[in-house]
Amino acid sequence: MKRGFWLAGVAAILVASATSAVIAQTDPIKERMKLMKENNDNAKIVVAMIRGQAPFDAAKVDAAFAQWAETAQKLPGLFPDNSKTGEKTRAAPKIWETKADFDAKAAAFGKAVAENRDKAKASLDGLKLALGAVGKTCDNCHEDYRLSRR
Amino acid sequence: MILAVAAGVLALAAFWFLTVPQTVAAGTLPPHTPDLANGRTMFIVGGCASCHAVPKQADRTRLGGGLALHSTFGTFYVPNISPDPKDGIGAWSEAQFVTAMLKGTSPTGEHLYPAFPYTSYQRMRLDDVRDLFAYLKTLPPVAGKVRAHDLPFPFNIRRAVGLWKLLYLDGKPFEPDPAQSPQWNRGAYLVNGPAHCAECHSPRNVLGAVVVSERFSGGPNPTGQGGVPNITQAKLADWSVADIAETLASGMTPDADRVGGEMVDVVRNTSQLSPADREAMAVYIKSLHPIPSP
Repeated sequence: MKRGFWLAGVAAILVASATSAVIAQTDPIKERMKLMKENNDNAKIVVAMIRGQAPFDAAKVDAAFAQWAETAQKLPGLFPDNSKTGEKTRAAPKIWETKADFDAKAAAFGKAVAENRDKAKASLDGLKLALGAVGKTCDNCHEDYRLSRR
Repeated sequence: MILAVAAGVLALAAFWFLTVPQTVAAGTLPPHTPDLANGRTMFIVGGCASCHAVPKQADRTRLGGGLALHSTFGTFYVPNISPDPKDGIGAWSEAQFVTAMLKGTSPTGEHLYPAFPYTSYQRMRLDDVRDLFAYLKTLPPVAGKVRAHDLPFPFNIRRAVGLWKLLYLDGKPFEPDPAQSPQWNRGAYLVNGPAHCAECHSPRNVLGAVVVSERFSGGPNPTGQGGVPNITQAKLADWSVADIAETLASGMTPDADRVGGEMVDVVRNTSQLSPADREAMAVYIKSLHPIPSP
């Protein structure tokens, strides 16, 4: 009986994780919005350090860069043809017209994150320089591919 | 029948008379020694490179044009304004340049389309326009004429732009407000004149003119996708003057997000301005009365 209970628990976990995997696959809009939200949350943490509103914390800087690296890696796969509209997406239709360029810009973001991570962790001055370099790659993509709102 | 023909002729004559393109005569320009540094400032704040620089190359001083501006009226192709004498403005006189900027009229005496934001540039000081012309002349000539605009009937009738100008081009230069500080007035001048912020940050009516009562309250993107943010205090109440100046300097917003869309290129311009000019613009923008976005 006890063992049956345990097995049921495992089964429930398996079903739950399979379900969330399906959700992740069928809801790329939510997934990419979540990643971008996390990008911004981490940006807030490191920008607060630059603005002198929070002490420099190498571990938090590293965590931010780790999450940005994850976003850069996942992003190109989150724009299937059936995800052009919905959920108040700000994805510009141009993404699907010039997908190769979009993917290249996501890769450039990933490259800048990787190349600047050590510098950013080392010191506040390093972080300032690193954020400038990473921020440029944000802009290069948002310029063409993220719509603004009134 | 004769009456109808006569009425038609009269209407045509009235149309012709009302739509005569205005010009500035060379003889009316007083003596002037160009200030190239100020001309460069006007070039930067005016955002000339954002539309006129050759697309997909990094040099913002190569003003060969060619960018396609899609709109509800058709597609405009931005002209070459490099000093190339054949394909650019190298052969233009100073008076012809002033005429284009302040009156929206080309050297051949045709109306320019208001996709070229002379509705804002008309507010500029004559000296600033002349300094800009002198600065543009120092930039590299770029060969190559840009193709003609692709506009459907009736928007392809340039003469009709004269009627539009009667409605929406008042020809008034910027008037400082003596009740405000010099800094506010400098900001008001830059924002409403050369920087032409309201051209994108405002809704437009069916004739494509900025809705005056809703200036700066944002609107749909003129290119047809997404929107342009409201920059009145209805939207920016939580932003300080320093926040606005910071966004113009680095593209970063107070909540650590970054500007997107066409504003990315605007910041490539404003980041090159003096901190004093950015702060003046910020002081003025912070003073914009709240107008809600519909």
